[in-house]
Amino acid sequence: MALDKNDIAKRIAQEVKDKYFVNLGIGIPTLVANYVRTDISVEFQSENGVLGMGPFPFEGEEDADVINAGKQTITTLPGASFFDSAFSFGMIRSQKVDLTILGAMEVAENGDIANWKIPGKMVKGMGGAMDLVASAENIIVAMMHVNKAGESKILKKCTLPLTGVGCVKKVVTELAVMEITPKGFKLLERAPGVSVEHIIASTEAELIIEGEIPEMVNS
Amino acid sequence: MINKKVNSVQEALQGIEDNMTIMLGGFGLCGIPENSIAELVQKGTTNLTCISNNAGVDDFGLGLLLQKRQIKKMISSYVGENAEFERQMLSGELDVELTPQGTLAEKCRAAQAGIPAFFTPAGYGTEVAEGKEVREFNGKMHIMELAYKADFAIVKAWKGDEAGNLIFKGTARNFNAPMAGAAKITIAEVEELVPVGSLDPNQIHIPGIMVQRIFKGEKFEKRIEQRTTRKRE
Repeated sequence: MALDKNDIAKRIAQEVKDKYFVNLGIGIPTLVANYVRTDISVEFQSENGVLGMGPFPFEGEEDADVINAGKQTITTLPGASFFDSAFSFGMIRSQKVDLTILGAMEVAENGDIANWKIPGKMVKGMGGAMDLVASAENIIVAMMHVNKAGESKILKKCTLPLTGVGCVKKVVTELAVMEITPKGFKLLERAPGVSVEHIIASTEAELIIEGEIPEMVNS
Repeated sequence: MINKKVNSVQEALQGIEDNMTIMLGGFGLCGIPENSIAELVQKGTTNLTCISNNAGVDDFGLGLLLQKRQIKKMISSYVGENAEFERQMLSGELDVELTPQGTLAEKCRAAQAGIPAFFTPAGYGTEVAEGKEVREFNGKMHIMELAYKADFAIVKAWKGDEAGNLIFKGTARNFNAPMAGAAKITIAEVEELVPVGSLDPNQIHIPGIMVQRIFKGEKFEKRIEQRTTRKRE
């Protein structure tokens, strides 16, 4: 069975390691915070100027001056700090942030990512995504494997305007976990009950498949 | 002490004319100079080029200036959540320059710091890099970006004193800090305007030298764009 958005977030949460500073993008990536192990120390950075983000506030305790990059009201945890946007991207560019998790419209086998524009149709802008993908050492993409028309978003080459080149390291979709290697997408895990054949049929890019592909474990 | 206090938003915005380039602080609706935006709508200044991370929502923030067609060009990083903006952009009525958020912040900071240009890896290999100088540093490709040149910067702070010293609250610091002093004239609107001597110099985020005019905003709605909460256990 294909994963839902929370399952994708849950699987990505396994990639968050002790002492990591993590930047979460809007959408599925934001959900990752809910599933990170509680026995490790992790700090979440939001590029609008906060480190040490906590959960959403209790009803009635929202503060218009304390939001994340998705413009959602948030809280801060002990040890948190606020800073301005230039400083925030300074810590991103200088690679103080260990892991960036973001969404995408397309990912290509060379690690290119497109997520900010559909020419003539939709232009929301790149926000902080271009800065993040250009500088982060470890980038994981959370996305759906196919679009609403059933077409693969895991491609040999991106068709949409790029956000960054050769930067994505891993992709987690409702069907699979894939690593981007110098030779292309390597299939690491499949969603419970999803066959390798189904993943191949849903993927435009070539997949490197070595041996038995295990089901992902999401406990 | 050099006194920067002005008594009204009208006085603060004197000299802003048609065709000027204005920086406006804020991220989404967080920390936007709402009183100054309302006054710009009143003034009816047009053909403005606005440098602001976002473009407000349909009925608040810079969305109010867009509704009245007062903006000729927007320089932003993210413009979703604004139907009127998208309509004007796709129809070609509005000129839009989309810039990576960190680059946008640094183009402000560079202007504030007197640095004409800098290199950043953001946007390399994308359409953002088109026409820009590319250089390799430490084995990585970078593109050259220029400091902004703006006539006015309008920022919003939590507290300020009559000397123009500013303190921000929470994530409302965002672009307000790097825009302060990044234009020929910087206007600060604050929630609390206190006499000099009442702010601890250790706690000042932006020193008054960056601010030419400061006033107390009459009313702050501080609208929340995405009100997210959790249930009490």
